[in-house]
Amino acid sequence: MNILVVGGGPGGLYASLLLKKLHPHYNISIVERNPEGATYGWGVVFSSVTLSAYREADLPSYKAITDQFVIWNPIDIHYRGRLIRCGGHTFAGMARRKLLNILTERCRELGITVTFEHELTDFSVFADYDLVIAADGVNSFIRNEYADAFKPTLRAGKARYIWLGTHRVFDAFTFIIRENEHGLFQVHAYPFDGDTSTFIVECDEATWRNAGLDSADEAQSIAYCETLFADMLRGHKLMSNKSAWVSFTEVKNKSWTHENIVLLGDAAHTAHFSIGSGTKLAMDGAIALANGFELHGDDIAAAINHYVLDRSPRVQMLQQAALESQTYFENLKQYIHLEPEQFTFHLLTRSGRLNYDNLRLRDARYVEQVDRQFGVEDAETHTTHIAPPPLHRSFDLREMRLANRVAVMMPPSDNAVDGALSDAYQQRIEQLAHTGAALIITEPFAVSESGRITQKCPVLGTVQLPQLPQFVQKAHDSGYSKIALQLSHAGRRGATRPRHRGIDRPLPDRDAWPLLSASALPYQPDNQTPQAMTRADMDSVCDDFVRATRLADEAGFDMLLLNFAHGYLLASFLSPLTNIRDDDYGGAIDNRLRYPLEVFNAVRDAWPDGKPIAVAFTADDWADGGITQADAVAMARAFHNAGCDLIMPLAGQTVPNVRPNYAPGFLAPYSERIRNAVRVPTLAGGGIITTNQVNTLLAAGSADVCLMDL
Amino acid sequence: MNIGIGLPNTLKNTNRNLIIEWARAADDGPFKSLGVFDRLVYDSLDPLAMLAAAAAVTEQIRLATTVLIGPMRNTALLAKEAATIDVISGGRLTLGLAVGARHEDYDVAGIEHTGRGRRLDEQLRALRNHWEDGAFGPPPVQAGGPELIVGGLSDIAYARAARYADGYMHGGGPPRAFAAAADKMRAAWRDASRPGNPRLWAQGYFTLNVDYVEQGADYLRDYYAFTGPFAERIAEGLLTTPQAIHAFVRGYEDAGCDELVLFPTVADIDELHRLADVVG
Repeated sequence: MNILVVGGGPGGLYASLLLKKLHPHYNISIVERNPEGATYGWGVVFSSVTLSAYREADLPSYKAITDQFVIWNPIDIHYRGRLIRCGGHTFAGMARRKLLNILTERCRELGITVTFEHELTDFSVFADYDLVIAADGVNSFIRNEYADAFKPTLRAGKARYIWLGTHRVFDAFTFIIRENEHGLFQVHAYPFDGDTSTFIVECDEATWRNAGLDSADEAQSIAYCETLFADMLRGHKLMSNKSAWVSFTEVKNKSWTHENIVLLGDAAHTAHFSIGSGTKLAMDGAIALANGFELHGDDIAAAINHYVLDRSPRVQMLQQAALESQTYFENLKQYIHLEPEQFTFHLLTRSGRLNYDNLRLRDARYVEQVDRQFGVEDAETHTTHIAPPPLHRSFDLREMRLANRVAVMMPPSDNAVDGALSDAYQQRIEQLAHTGAALIITEPFAVSESGRITQKCPVLGTVQLPQLPQFVQKAHDSGYSKIALQLSHAGRRGATRPRHRGIDRPLPDRDAWPLLSASALPYQPDNQTPQAMTRADMDSVCDDFVRATRLADEAGFDMLLLNFAHGYLLASFLSPLTNIRDDDYGGAIDNRLRYPLEVFNAVRDAWPDGKPIAVAFTADDWADGGITQADAVAMARAFHNAGCDLIMPLAGQTVPNVRPNYAPGFLAPYSERIRNAVRVPTLAGGGIITTNQVNTLLAAGSADVCLMDL
Repeated sequence: MNIGIGLPNTLKNTNRNLIIEWARAADDGPFKSLGVFDRLVYDSLDPLAMLAAAAAVTEQIRLATTVLIGPMRNTALLAKEAATIDVISGGRLTLGLAVGARHEDYDVAGIEHTGRGRRLDEQLRALRNHWEDGAFGPPPVQAGGPELIVGGLSDIAYARAARYADGYMHGGGPPRAFAAAADKMRAAWRDASRPGNPRLWAQGYFTLNVDYVEQGADYLRDYYAFTGPFAERIAEGLLTTPQAIHAFVRGYEDAGCDELVLFPTVADIDELHRLADVVG
């Protein structure tokens, strides 16, 4: 067996030595284009949990590596002149140069030829080998040469960063967040060999240009950073190692194999440096590749298959977390309005791997501090030493005080008779009032008969429903529950059959009623084609909302939730997928917002000043050509300015065929973005089923209230 | 949670006597459902014909395709076949449908592979419409037609189930894999404003005869050979002891499974009796 390994980085070296150990008769040669001992970058970080695999894979290199380790456990965050420390994480670092030395030596010991300063330009030599391991890094020439087969996607990050070193020794994984007249900078620093630290400076593109770093040479860049972080460096210099400002490239490949070539390490995949090291990923990949050969002997195809199957789901998960982290740092500007505790907690939980409960296990004192500082504007809790977790903190919306941060929604029932409610309703409200949630939200009530989804949807139209005041009373009887009425008009999703056998199934013509929408587009081909609303229709529907609002107030509801989401009538104006009008109500987002805002304003006028109103809208259609992030922020801002007290972002349902995402808390990212961009209170939902999720979102400033699916 | 058992329609050495005996014995309990797999290019018995046969010799037990590759079939014919089995069984059919995992089956059937997801969406809609008020019969015994269950791994499958079906069929794996899928399925169901909860079906493999462990694992390696080395993982998941079955059943029950169907890996009627003793 002849194996060529292209690239003498940690992945290539480690794969070679593991394969050679397994099959000493294999003929393995490594080529590396750089000279021996030349290395770019300073330290590499390992998290301790991965080490058992290295021990099992190769004891001598494991011993040599761990012998070099500096170990620490806290994460320090320097922000607004405060230092917040969270312990219990455990990291190990070492110099990249030493790691390469250890692995190179070990390869030689096993009889592997390592040829340095050998630039491979003629790929036809691959034909002489049974297997070629392309471990030639993020800019892999081999991957690029066979791009048609590997189908790589390279995505350049928006931020710029420079990889520096310093003899200022940090005793923790250290984040420094610093703003100056040019913009916002963040530092990722960590120790690695006892007297040196890696010091990565990162900023967004605008900041980089404002600071003149786009035209600065190495010395000027270093001088700039030394001045900016002088207090943190405590007189130490920043050192360069062929350091330059670059943007991070996320590498993905549709395939990691082609003919006799297999991609390994950065050539195959990268993950942002803020989440984990490419070194660790490459070495884990090497172990999986060797395991493949251990399981399948000389069957190269089977061994590579094992490697791909073993690594791709893990790499995919890590890349997802890394992307979350990368995006977080790229958008850091959005979060610097947060108070230090909330900012820090958000930074720690940015990728979804840490949360309220596991942070409490790692560092209880840290989380207790988070609890104490949660909502510090409330002097009462500020002075309290013992504070309840965020979930159990009250929240005021106008004159309504929620006893805690959890809302529950009544599931749809489809059992109203001519719009009126069945007796089962009262029981359901009582049940919800005893869940412990502070806010009960009803299912959508149609503002008119023609606004119903199905024939048996409840309607709050021209007349009061006699049971409504009792329902409100039932909720209030619990002593802590408030109750919000949800109002909606189904629009083009109306006149459908009962939902117990599926949704959006049109009623037979004899039972259906005429539908309205922003434009005359049916929901699906077999649904009724709605009428595009005329001005008279708009006035009429607006009146319906106002009438329903007055009845809701009369019945004693504490809050209104206007459902302008999920492809219903008002939503049909907001999404470009459903609004193709060429009048003042179609086109740009300001136009698409015009009618929904009219309705909102009319409702706000009719609803008592002391009572809050929430609006639910679709922040992402999950379909091409739909609502954009900027649209969602514009909508939240417009409703907030008009007096909306709480925004509930939803996703999907605008059109039937979508690319959905039902990961736990799938609506929370929209809530987070809107809350931070607009500074409006938000309600996050979407598969939230644990108090841990709720506490995590609240403490991170991603939502103010959470809808739990109980 | 109900426990069901698979009919051995993909195992070697299956014959008329075994099928009839198996179906009757399963009907005697404690099993609540009989499941069948669908595979074209394999030595297997046709799933719908199997359920029709089982319908004729059983009285109580639910009959389920777990799952049928829907887009490979003509929808009008499938609607009639399913309604017919529902009639023969007296309203006991559960029709599980998915897009399937093998390109080969589509190729051999001469059916387009691309667009299968969209065709399954249309099929689910058309089946329900046909059973509710189609132009021709037979009218199914179950009001509105057989229970419709959707299988699949992606979030699109959860959305499809929430939009068009009565529940979801999980494809196998340890209880925690099912739990994660069940959470997503319930979230999709809520998101679609469906009343009630999705029916959650799941499946596993067993043998309770120590002498069959290798044979059972070999069957799984062979059946799942199309997944490459992943077949080995599936073989590792084979439940071979009462303890493993208890832990598996408990894990699925705790995660909210409604119907767990355990499939034999060796065609021997004693396997059914051993399982009945363990789960009964």
